[in-house]
Amino acid sequence: MEPEVISLTVNGRRHRLLIDPNVTLLQALREHLGYVDVKNGCEKGDCGACAVLMNGKAVNSCLMLAVQAHGAEIVTAAGLGSLEHPHPIQEAFADLGGAQCGYCTPGMVVATKALLDEIPHPSEEEIRVALSGNLCRCTGYGQIVEAVRAAAEKLAAAETV
Amino acid sequence: MKYTAKPLPPVNLPELKQVGKPLRRVDALSKTVGATVYAGDFSLPNMLYARVLRSSLPHGRITRLDTSKAAALAGVACVLTAKDLPQSILVTDMPGQTGQKRRSGSDAQVLAGEVVRYIGEPIALVAAETLDLAEKALQLIEIEYEALPAVYDPFEAMQPGAPILHAPDNVVARWKIRKGDVRAAMRTADLVLENTFQAPYQEHAYLEPEAGVSWIDERGVINIRVCTQVVEHFRSISLAVGVPQNRLRIQGTMVGGGFGGKEDITVEIFLGLLAKATRKPVKLVYTREESILAHSKRHPYVIKHRTGVMRDGRIVAAEIEMVSNSGAYVFLSPYVLLYSTGMATGPYRIDNVSVDALSVATNTPFTSAFRGFGAPQVCCAYEQQMDEIAKALDLDPLEVRRINYLRKGDCTAHGQEITSEAWLEETATRVLEALGEPAPDQGPIKVGQGFASYMQSYGRITWLHDTSQAWVGLEMDGTATIRAGVPDLGAGQVSALCQIVSEVLGVPMHSITIYHTDSATTPLSGTSTATRQLYMSGNATLQAANTIRKTLLERASKYFEEDPQNLDLADGKALVKSDPGQALNLKDLITVCAAEGLPLANLAMFKAPFTDPIDPETGQGRIWPDFTFGAQAVEVAVDTETGEVSVLKAVACHDVGRAINPGAVEGQIQGGSSQGMGYALTEDLSVVDGRIRAGSLSEYLIPTSCDFPATQTIILESGSGVGPFGAKGIGEPAFTPAPPAVANAVANAIGVRIFELPITPERVLKALGKAP
Repeated sequence: MEPEVISLTVNGRRHRLLIDPNVTLLQALREHLGYVDVKNGCEKGDCGACAVLMNGKAVNSCLMLAVQAHGAEIVTAAGLGSLEHPHPIQEAFADLGGAQCGYCTPGMVVATKALLDEIPHPSEEEIRVALSGNLCRCTGYGQIVEAVRAAAEKLAAAETV
Repeated sequence: MKYTAKPLPPVNLPELKQVGKPLRRVDALSKTVGATVYAGDFSLPNMLYARVLRSSLPHGRITRLDTSKAAALAGVACVLTAKDLPQSILVTDMPGQTGQKRRSGSDAQVLAGEVVRYIGEPIALVAAETLDLAEKALQLIEIEYEALPAVYDPFEAMQPGAPILHAPDNVVARWKIRKGDVRAAMRTADLVLENTFQAPYQEHAYLEPEAGVSWIDERGVINIRVCTQVVEHFRSISLAVGVPQNRLRIQGTMVGGGFGGKEDITVEIFLGLLAKATRKPVKLVYTREESILAHSKRHPYVIKHRTGVMRDGRIVAAEIEMVSNSGAYVFLSPYVLLYSTGMATGPYRIDNVSVDALSVATNTPFTSAFRGFGAPQVCCAYEQQMDEIAKALDLDPLEVRRINYLRKGDCTAHGQEITSEAWLEETATRVLEALGEPAPDQGPIKVGQGFASYMQSYGRITWLHDTSQAWVGLEMDGTATIRAGVPDLGAGQVSALCQIVSEVLGVPMHSITIYHTDSATTPLSGTSTATRQLYMSGNATLQAANTIRKTLLERASKYFEEDPQNLDLADGKALVKSDPGQALNLKDLITVCAAEGLPLANLAMFKAPFTDPIDPETGQGRIWPDFTFGAQAVEVAVDTETGEVSVLKAVACHDVGRAINPGAVEGQIQGGSSQGMGYALTEDLSVVDGRIRAGSLSEYLIPTSCDFPATQTIILESGSGVGPFGAKGIGEPAFTPAPPAVANAVANAIGVRIFELPITPERVLKALGKAP
């Protein structure tokens, strides 16, 4: 098993990385590149805490090998916004109780971004299905659904301006 | 409509400016933008990675343990077993923290020395330069066991000849209540109803597995940065690591969910021992499977109710027996059992009561704290029993409860007077009203409704003499700082303290910084358990802020030439209430106070009521500071062909005294309800012969976004609690009524009761006679 050189873009920044082929994208992002906003909750695709956008689609980074992300564009929750310039989705989650302990939140925010990119005005059913791969143990999901709805409205309003 | 809620009794809630508003929590944005650095996210240069070797047997004697090959592997810094430790004792009952002295037999092993007593018990620690190397080293440890006879069932464990885990008879705790004359009262009853209910294990399944990093600083102090509910564990940890209590620092992180599972010590001692042995930073992060193996579970209970009732539904006597499975070690089982004992009769006034409660050791995963702390299991029993009583007497379930509900001024079965409002009928009628008429049945799909009332304590057991400290200070630029050892589990613990300071000192939320959860730099505030932080640390923070407010207003009164009580602090200003145009910037007032040497900071301690322990023979006495009351109602659809249960609607109503942050309160209620409905329907740990079969999140099914509708929440405010501004606690209470409400709805739908949770499709079909 020889290490391979891969290159990928994370949150707009290019990285070249010498990496063993058995390293997951989650490990590469967290342990090798320091993107610790990508959370590790189970490492087998059950919880969605490690979700990132890969070429615009939400994926569980624990279920991908880093080498599969060669040439890809990765966006994590921290790549969507910051404390100074939060993304409307992040503001909505913060304002409406979408984050309690917050550990599932980066993955939820990423899954929401992927959803709203595809369906700008989702129904409650569409929201719930889109987030069904992201477990939350604190909220019971009610306030998360509200946050997604509010974010959709905010983004739509920004679009029409 | 069948049920109509009466108007609430009048209450006098003072008008507040910041408290009572659904403000954005101070920790929220950092979490949504991924800036919060959790325990496992932190690293240091030259850090080692740790792994834990665990028992694969439920009961066995270690006959050979050879770590030489593991220790010889290049890159391995150290391997530790019990014989390397100063003392392999994990103190679970710390004097001064949980009582006057250590309960005998309450210690567990840090690392198993001679005997392992449950699958997953830690045996050896490895620290290596990489995680891969640590994993390899773990596999190089050679271990052989002699299997010992094991016992898994608490009733079998009490039989003569059973393997003894806890001398002399495996009973780790017993409590009882004796009130009135049960035997005589039973004879006068029109009906005596007996049922046995089973409440199962529950796994906390917080999204963040246990994690931490340790290092030794330039003072030689061992630092442990960890997700924990209890900073005060630094005392037990220092004892196990073999250093003085002031040479070990716990830096608590934002916790990625706790629910009681991070109430006992998790990774801390391992990290302390490895840092001490290697003199290097060490990181230990559990995998999901290890997390499920390593931490406690909710206690399974078997609870038998014998209830004597009159034809009108009045309960004249209750005889209750319960047994909980403590697993292989004691941990918090005696306290959990005490909660179950004190709450065994629920929010009902019963003159003749006998309760006998036992907790028994077996070779199964150890059980300890989980949201509700023994009160939810007994609520499952008493609320199902209430519905069975209603059914037997052909009475309305609300009517049977209404005639028996406790009211303010009444005494509980353990003889504690209810001193705050007990809005039981108020909450029950509101959830039923909101639930409305049930949807019609559709062929094999049967619809049913059910509800549950409850009472649940908040604040710790009063004979543990609980205290909390908080420090509040003003800076020269008009901003405020809070220091409090409060662990934040995600329920908004620290944000609530900021909201209180903002209210009292008139400093906007964004101008308040809180430092928290650090045994070295923040005053100790006690545990984030027992729904106590808002009550205890909220009051301590309020005291500290009020002391500073007094100083500011007294000085301002000279400036305005007005009585202090005519002045207020708001929006960063001191002002005259009757003429808000007359105002002074807080910053300028602070400058004056500082120049005159007036104190602008205060450390306050809040003390809960201190009482003597209850009478061990009768169980009579005070156990808790106060109680929260409420109800939940649920509508379900049961597919009688497949056995599947769907929740169609859920409504919860709680009197929270005063909602400091209504958004956060709603979040607690919805989250607690979801966790409770998961407990009732889908969460099945499946422990067979001491082995957890549902050992990952693909087998242990916590609710997803598609499983339940959002619980409609109705927040009532009686203003009668003992927390700040009349608040009561809601963290744990939010869970308690949900499981029996679901069970009652299912029984209503299919006409048969299922006495054991979770209500799986298999159990539904069995109850309907459609499966063996």
